[in-house]
Amino acid sequence: MGIGEAFTILISSIFVYNFILSRFLGLCPYMGVSKDTSSAIGMGMAVIFVMTLASAVTWPVYRFLLAPTSANLWYRIFGGSPADYDLTRVLRTISFILVIAGLVQFVEMFIRKASPGLYRALGIYLALITTNCAVLGVAVLNIDMFFQNAQPVPGSYLKSVLQGFCSGIGFTFAMLLMSSIRERLDLADVPEALRGIPIAFIVASIMSMAFLGFAGLI
Amino acid sequence: MDSTLPILVNSGLLGTSAIVPAVIGLGGLGIAFGIVLAIASERLAVKIDPRVSEVLGVLPGINCGACGQPGCEGYAENVVAGKAPLTLCAPGGPDVAKKIAGVLGVAIEVGERLVAFCHCKGGIDSEWKYDYDGIPTCGAAALIASGPIACNYGCMGFYDCVDACKYDAFAIAPNGMPVVNAAKCVACKACVNACPRGLFEMVPISRKVHILCSNLDKGKAVKDVCQVGCIGCTRCVKKCDSGAISMKEGLAVIDYSKGEINLEAVEACPVGVIHHYGYQDPITWQPPVKEAIRAVVEQE
Repeated sequence: MGIGEAFTILISSIFVYNFILSRFLGLCPYMGVSKDTSSAIGMGMAVIFVMTLASAVTWPVYRFLLAPTSANLWYRIFGGSPADYDLTRVLRTISFILVIAGLVQFVEMFIRKASPGLYRALGIYLALITTNCAVLGVAVLNIDMFFQNAQPVPGSYLKSVLQGFCSGIGFTFAMLLMSSIRERLDLADVPEALRGIPIAFIVASIMSMAFLGFAGLI
Repeated sequence: MDSTLPILVNSGLLGTSAIVPAVIGLGGLGIAFGIVLAIASERLAVKIDPRVSEVLGVLPGINCGACGQPGCEGYAENVVAGKAPLTLCAPGGPDVAKKIAGVLGVAIEVGERLVAFCHCKGGIDSEWKYDYDGIPTCGAAALIASGPIACNYGCMGFYDCVDACKYDAFAIAPNGMPVVNAAKCVACKACVNACPRGLFEMVPISRKVHILCSNLDKGKAVKDVCQVGCIGCTRCVKKCDSGAISMKEGLAVIDYSKGEINLEAVEACPVGVIHHYGYQDPITWQPPVKEAIRAVVEQE
């Protein structure tokens, strides 16, 4: 994987295909935790960690347990032919969710120990990273982009992990933008009916229209 | 998806079930993660004293910050750790202090519940020294030439106290003065801190007699700026038999730890700055009428 490819992944994950503003995944923590910059950054860090580790762990799960290739463990143990063990459609979602849920539990324990203030600030949104479609999305996206006919393309693992990491950065970037805007919105004269979530959604949609400007960059 | 199951079923070696790799695979993953998480939960365990959650259950849980601790949870932790006294919870008052003492197993003496009270009755009839056209808050107005109203000690009427109160405990009297509703006051001291003139004091809820002035000047200096200010004549001090009223420069002040003020002291005031709230509705703000009070007293 050359520096050019790495840079492409970086730019596309953060700007062109930003998970929140271009793909519209992971809106729950985006709306829920972005009221205040410090908790937004904390949530962003947690998501970067979970996305990176999820990419790192789901890739081998897919390669060695699910994909019908000669590296498939069931083929190695039980024989037959690799095409008999095509579990990609059957077990992909549930095994990825299992991996992500385990990782999120671990992150939650770690944050509770390391920073009780951040733990209280994030509240339930930390556990909601598990069901967050952005994390499952990045795992599935890695499979779609870096596997061809169930075979990994050259440099697939590194690219997957890098994409997970950069998607997390893109997520944090969007959260940071939103929290900065929302902190100022709190002091602005917003009509009663739009205060809180409605104006946040309107702002998010305007931001995502702005991010359309990056389309075609890659 | 449609072509997958027959392929798995026809594999033969796995029997006729496609369940086996699924069960082994997911079960294995689950066990692996379970072991990792179990080890992590031991290593990353956070020890909490169970008394903290008991104390937290006893506290009002409104996170008003009057205790000076970081919210109710912070106060619960500090009280169990012994770093904070048991009596700091103002909204909870003596009841909560007794309950905390019960949880921690210590004996405690408690005082009476406190509420905020505004020591001024100047109102919207007060004269203004100059036209003020600045930021409409008491804090800003107080900074310019000792405030826009004639009395340098009194209420300026921009209602910083009312804005500070998150518990809807303020009403505005007909003369414009903010009045604290003792039933709703949670004693969070937000108004005490908000008033730049320091007009608010925490008084025991059962006390009925209060002095509604904070002007330290005497005689003509007070009369020039306010019709209803304390002129420092000391008649109330002489008539008060419990010794609760004393003079602080030109202002009579009540010491709420002494006995309640008698009616003669209330009536002795020539300007009517001492009010007896047992016989007057603070919202309608009627001036003390001696005959009316006497009539009520004689009926009792």
